[in-house]
Amino acid sequence: MINGTKINIEDLNLFIGNNHILKDINVQIPEKKLTVILGPSGCGKTTLLKSLNRLTDLYPEVKIQGSIFNGDEDILHPKTEITELRKKMGLLAQTPYPLPMNIYDNITYGLRISGRRKKRFLNKRVEYYLRQVSLWDEVKDRLKDPASALSIGQQQRLCLARGLSVDPDILLADEPTSALDPISSREVEELFVKLKQRYTIVMVTHILRQAKRVADYVIFMYLGEIIEHGSAEQIFEHPKNALTKSYIQGTYS
Amino acid sequence: MKCCYILVIAMPFILLIGLLIKSSLLFGEKSLTELIFSSEWKPMSGKFGFLPFIISSLWVTFISIIIAAPICLLTAIYLTQYARRVVLKIMQPVIDILAGIPSVIYGVWGIIIIVPFVSKVAGWFNVHSSGYSILAGAVVLAVMIIPFILNILIEVYRTIPIELSEASLSLGATKWETIKKVLTRKAFPGIISSFGLGVSRAFGETIAVLMVVGNVVQIPSGIFQAGYPLPALIANNYGEMLSIPMYDSALMLAALILFIVVTIFNMGSRYIIIHYEKNI
Repeated sequence: MINGTKINIEDLNLFIGNNHILKDINVQIPEKKLTVILGPSGCGKTTLLKSLNRLTDLYPEVKIQGSIFNGDEDILHPKTEITELRKKMGLLAQTPYPLPMNIYDNITYGLRISGRRKKRFLNKRVEYYLRQVSLWDEVKDRLKDPASALSIGQQQRLCLARGLSVDPDILLADEPTSALDPISSREVEELFVKLKQRYTIVMVTHILRQAKRVADYVIFMYLGEIIEHGSAEQIFEHPKNALTKSYIQGTYS
Repeated sequence: MKCCYILVIAMPFILLIGLLIKSSLLFGEKSLTELIFSSEWKPMSGKFGFLPFIISSLWVTFISIIIAAPICLLTAIYLTQYARRVVLKIMQPVIDILAGIPSVIYGVWGIIIIVPFVSKVAGWFNVHSSGYSILAGAVVLAVMIIPFILNILIEVYRTIPIELSEASLSLGATKWETIKKVLTRKAFPGIISSFGLGVSRAFGETIAVLMVVGNVVQIPSGIFQAGYPLPALIANNYGEMLSIPMYDSALMLAALILFIVVTIFNMGSRYIIIHYEKNI
């Protein structure tokens, strides 16, 4: 086990119906680093990410075996208090899905659910998290507007702020820039680089250049298997596996 | 092809104009407010007060939607959020069958089961009632509009993207909190308009209600009393006493009121779906 492991995945296998989607996944995700799960579309990256906070529960046809340890707590164990566990992990989806309420309530939703109701506290938090994602100046005068009125790039940053609002220590991001224009993409990407000092971040992407810009640690997946994982430097400069090499050199087709 | 299309488009207007012309005879004699707010109905002496019928219609419709709304909402939530997919698959044809049953059958069922039951329930409250009452009409109506509303609600809940649930759950919300605070909020315009369509359906339903509601011209003072909704008025009397020209015109006015109310609810519901879904 690497020093400073945050999440430890052991013998993870996942089936959807009869399809074997994730095969014998064994990997450790380092703490307070940005780990990129890299690989071509349809290789199981997103499914792996969703297993981490058990959103796979929402899909009745999914069967999952193995263990995912966060500390010494097995996330996949049926007795694990999943609601508490999910609070420790912020999620950013491919396309932003703001909650059907105004901007202010989007940020305070998670806090109110945890029983924080003092107006002054909530106001402060809203400003704090919106500043974290550099959205405060753009929306401070219209906090009561529906979140759906924001541009899609702003929505994605709002969703990130919403994820941060419950004070998680892990951030899960599923191709967080794939729906955004280049400028918004850049903004979101820079946010992740800024945030990785304080959070353990797991980001799924198929964009090689993005991975190179942000990753500390890389997990390369292909057809449901982990082909190779290691520090960004090692994977990008000295890939051991031929498949990894061809993907990184862009010759993979 | 274009002709058929124009015919379909023109249909409601032709209907509306027909009703207006036919009922205009009555307007010549009395003002609209006088007709609507008077409760004296004596066709033989030329007195046409629509209040008893309007109030009866409102009562029956209102109570039926009060009964149907929570049942539909909870069923839709259960079927789309909790039940296994097989259950929904089994339920869907059942709902369609319920929606397709001819209303006269609901009426017969109402007479056999609901009317005696209502009479008994009235007894518990120390009210004497034959059972042919507003409540019986409302219960039969509720059963009739449930499949109709339920179908819309299932569709509304099913089309909410799963990512919205994922977002809420990953913030530490429980499943029930997610349903209550996020999904139902997202579905709100759809819910309101499904109820609106249910109301317009209930307001216009004729035969099943007519069979159980009692058809006594009075302003009902309680749900165990008989009433006489607008559609029943038209169906029971049209073609019988047309020798009195005013009578014919009065029934047309009843039809006109019905037409307008149903159209308003229909259009209102559609407006809500189109305009509010985006803004939430």
